[in-house]
Amino acid sequence: MSKNTEIKRHRQERMLNFGIVIVSLLAALIIGALLFLIAKGNPFKAYAVMFTKPFTSTFGMTEILVRAAPLMFVGLGIAIAFRSGILNIGAEGQILMGAIAGAAVALAFPDMPKIILLPMVFLASFIGGALWGGIAGWMRSYLNVNEILSTVMLNYIAIQVYMFFIRGPLIDPKEVSYGTGVPQTAVFSKNAWLTRLIPGTRLHTGIFIAIVLAVLVYILLWKTTIGYRMRAVGIEPKAARAAGMNVKAYLLLAMLLSGGFAGMAGAIEITGIHHRAMESISAGYGFSGIVVALFGGLHPLGIIPSSALFGLLIVGSDMMQRAVNVPASIILSIQGLVILSLVSSQNFLTNPRFKEKILKIFDSKSKTRNLKKGGRA
Amino acid sequence: MIQEFIVGIILGGIPLSVSLLLAGLGEMFTQRSGVFNLGVEGIMMLSAFIGFFVVYTIGSPFLGIIAAMAGGALMGLLMGLVSITFKASQGISGIGLFMFGWGLSGTLFRVYVGGVTTIKGINDIYIPVLSNIPIIGPILFSQNPLVYVAYLLVPVASWLLFKTSWGLKVRAVGTTPAAADTVGVSVVKIRYQSLVIGGVMAGLAGAYLSIAQAHLFADNITAGRGFIAVALVYFGRWKPAGIMGGALLFSMAHSFQRLIQVYGINFPYEIAVIIPYILVIVVLAFTWKSQSLGPLALGKPYDREFRG
Amino acid sequence: MVEKINHLEMQHITKRFPGVLALDDVSIELKKSEILALLGENGAGKTTLMNVLYGLYHQDEGSIFINDKIIEIESPINAMENHIGMVHQHFMLVPNLTVIENIALGYFQDTRFKLDLNLVRTKIMEIAKKYGMAVDPEAYIWQLSVGEQQRVELVKALTLGANLLILDEPTAALTPQQTDELIELLKEMARQDNSIIFISHKLNEVKSVSNRISVLRNGKLVHEGDTVSYTVSELAEEMAGRQINLPKSPEKLEFGEVMLDMKDIWAYNDQGGWGLQGLNLQLKAGEIMGIAGVSGNGQRELADVVSGVRKVEKGNILIDNWNITNHTASQIIERGMGYIPEDRLHEGSLPGFSVRENLILKDYNSSQISSSIFLKKKVIDKFANNLIETYNIKCPDMNTSCASLSGGNIQKVILAREITRNPKVLIAAYPIRGLDIGAAEYVHNRLIEAREAGMAILLISEELEEILDLSDRIGVIYEGAILKVLPGRGTDYKEIGLLMAGVIDE
Repeated sequence: MSKNTEIKRHRQERMLNFGIVIVSLLAALIIGALLFLIAKGNPFKAYAVMFTKPFTSTFGMTEILVRAAPLMFVGLGIAIAFRSGILNIGAEGQILMGAIAGAAVALAFPDMPKIILLPMVFLASFIGGALWGGIAGWMRSYLNVNEILSTVMLNYIAIQVYMFFIRGPLIDPKEVSYGTGVPQTAVFSKNAWLTRLIPGTRLHTGIFIAIVLAVLVYILLWKTTIGYRMRAVGIEPKAARAAGMNVKAYLLLAMLLSGGFAGMAGAIEITGIHHRAMESISAGYGFSGIVVALFGGLHPLGIIPSSALFGLLIVGSDMMQRAVNVPASIILSIQGLVILSLVSSQNFLTNPRFKEKILKIFDSKSKTRNLKKGGRA
Repeated sequence: MIQEFIVGIILGGIPLSVSLLLAGLGEMFTQRSGVFNLGVEGIMMLSAFIGFFVVYTIGSPFLGIIAAMAGGALMGLLMGLVSITFKASQGISGIGLFMFGWGLSGTLFRVYVGGVTTIKGINDIYIPVLSNIPIIGPILFSQNPLVYVAYLLVPVASWLLFKTSWGLKVRAVGTTPAAADTVGVSVVKIRYQSLVIGGVMAGLAGAYLSIAQAHLFADNITAGRGFIAVALVYFGRWKPAGIMGGALLFSMAHSFQRLIQVYGINFPYEIAVIIPYILVIVVLAFTWKSQSLGPLALGKPYDREFRG
Repeated sequence: MVEKINHLEMQHITKRFPGVLALDDVSIELKKSEILALLGENGAGKTTLMNVLYGLYHQDEGSIFINDKIIEIESPINAMENHIGMVHQHFMLVPNLTVIENIALGYFQDTRFKLDLNLVRTKIMEIAKKYGMAVDPEAYIWQLSVGEQQRVELVKALTLGANLLILDEPTAALTPQQTDELIELLKEMARQDNSIIFISHKLNEVKSVSNRISVLRNGKLVHEGDTVSYTVSELAEEMAGRQINLPKSPEKLEFGEVMLDMKDIWAYNDQGGWGLQGLNLQLKAGEIMGIAGVSGNGQRELADVVSGVRKVEKGNILIDNWNITNHTASQIIERGMGYIPEDRLHEGSLPGFSVRENLILKDYNSSQISSSIFLKKKVIDKFANNLIETYNIKCPDMNTSCASLSGGNIQKVILAREITRNPKVLIAAYPIRGLDIGAAEYVHNRLIEAREAGMAILLISEELEEILDLSDRIGVIYEGAILKVLPGRGTDYKEIGLLMAGVIDE
């Protein structure tokens, strides 16, 4: 095989990979349509509303980005962990720990100028999430504890710890004095608010922070020696170890970063949307982030569009709920299906037999096309 | 007082142990055959709903249990399709299955039921005379029928795994699939069978939660019990008796935590609630190291042509 | 019950794998009480052909006849029903089950749920008695030696009803003496109306065991005939398609300083027992020392402790007089250690990384390749292209994933990376295992060049021929220690063989 055809094949393979990802999304949506039928909803109408209605209003379009921002943070974190060979399922808990740490800083320094306070809040959230992720990372590295189980358990623990703080030490004094007792903190001073971009909507600058960080993560993973090591550890720990890398330390680092990014998703929500820490701020971003990361090919630049897509799905499902009367929670099961079909499709990507078949079809098509053009086949 | 407290823990703990024990025994077969099914939580949620719904509409707890087990079997098949036939990464597949079951059960509940509704379900039975014996009576002779079923399944599972040719095949397939394959044991078939058994047991566990324990369905009713069951399999070293011990340990911790609140002992509620989860993590840290005793091929899809 | 095999024919068998024609119109034939040797190099298609016969693969074209009737073998169950049994090169035994359980696994096909171990025990003892093999049915597989496990495999095949036995490279892990015993056993089995297919690439064995020989080369049958009518060297030429002459290292009398000094090294193996028990070894610059031994006698642990991935419990390792005992792998690499690991796919290279990224695996941190944090793209591109050219690595471009390369080319990537770093000590573990003759020749030439360049090379191999070709000295490893060091020239197989079995001839 000549060099040119090899390179052509390389390109075809990339297209094939992309095609399979799209096909697996469609497969999930088709099975999802059955779920709509079971839930007494018209799937055509439901999908039509989900995918188009958000685009019909400024509110809808801005909401997509509002949802995409935390998804991107979580997705980036999960991609860092997965690339380093550690499956972080604990973003949900890490978001909460990030939120509570950020909230504590925002409440402690209300008079700090915005330019200092906001970065401090984000840093605190990063540290909060990183520590929470770090527990699982440390246990995986040094005690050989399966990180999936430990992160799942830490999720349940995080919810309680979070609730403990917003019910107890950090509760809004007004809630106590009025006797209402709603578990939430006081509203932050305006110095801890992300700037709103379009009046009347919730769109804030968080989305730009997320995109900048996506680029930074790309540089970290592919352009630096640290990223090189993290990916090496993720692909083949034995080889990484033989090459002199400290596998355990990089697994831990990956979990610290991964948790830190999830923690910053918490910061985005408290500084951008609610301006306080309150119950159920995460809205399932921890799990949706897994779908975002996988769908984005675990690549930061793929995660940007991927988080927009799932942002659309979440906003769309809220609108769908009103239009078709099927609870928005159905989107959770559709995301589950997307995960199942995505990981199943990996088999086709790595199965040489299947690949060869598809590439042959490519070849025969391009041949006939060339013949039609009267060109050289 | 102390005796009363301890009896209280045990009395509260036994019912709590059932769902962990059932799901754990099922997951033991799954893992013994080499598949790591993290979707147990999702299976339990969906089955809890199915069981609840059948009782809610038809009124028959028996049919409710059958339907829940059938639902669990289907979920096991789905996991098999993804992780055995398509050879997908088992860890992530399980999370997908979990999200699927969670989302679906919550959605269907809201569509078909709406709000909190209690059902009659299955109640505790009181064995005459024996249940009147102090201490032992309430503990041993006045439990839910499903409690007895669950504990009877422990020796049954043991017999199935160690004394039958099917059990031998399961153990071989989970350790050295290539060796089983070359003497004519179908790795795919055994793994599917084990996943379906795991699904059925998780289904029963879910049905127990809604029909027998809570007498209602609520979103997220399992609260992590499915994941704890998976962890218990490690804790129990892939043996039925070990899993039973683990299930009792965790449910007693859970019961202790509840009792603290009942007795009004001054202790933050949130901190008490996390005790069982922390216990899981601590136990994992101490038991994971000796994984070499377990099924060696756990988590690895089998592919004849790439045996290497 | 299907009748026993008196006559087996495989006709015009063709089997394709993605991108490879593994078998191309191959036909073989075998009669009762015959031993057929299937001869060929690695990758010639011997194992594939036998996997077709055993039902693990299905042929794309061609047919199989038993006693002149065409049969379909869809799975190992079909093969077993037709009295075919196979002993794979890597034993197909479940380590944490007993001998009896391993055999029972195949004995009770779907019909029976009950596990009647007594029935199986009786069967096993019958077979063992018939052929004079000692087998303990209650022993766990992990407790058995390689030779004992092989016997279990034979008993298993016979208990499951085979009278045609396929043995895939059965002597790979045996000492020459154990090999002789096996050959006698096989001949006895053939006398008792069994037929045997013996897969090997070792000519002497083939010559002494078989009645007839079929030679495969690149998936084609290139030769068949009676064993007696050919000499070993004729067979060798048939097998390779040309005269085989793997390069030998030229004789040398002067060596440099001691570069690697291992003093009384003790280390655990993965099972928690002792892997190395007081190993002593000295290696000089410009010298190749071969480590011969039956696998599992500490080779793995030896390579591990020197490369810093296994803890040394006792003793000292010095590289160029610098104590590196229990230093980290990166410190040891820094001190001048090069390593060509046994598992080139998972330890020597990163399969998902590109060739370019694999080539900098040990140098990503050096000041030429990266500033303190960032990788220098242009420098790396140039470096990688350079190595691809010098080492003649066949890949479309440097961004190709290493996983898609052939074994020989992956080994070239590893060689390029390790040798350019100009280490003081180079460990080469099984460097030509699984490679075709062309690639093996290339690897040996590069190792000889490295020796000329003054590197101290530790060559671990189970191929005695390779060791005798290259080594200046030969250390025989047995139960975690070097039993004896022999000169590289003028040593014969027999002497090494006895030492490999732990027998010291004083």
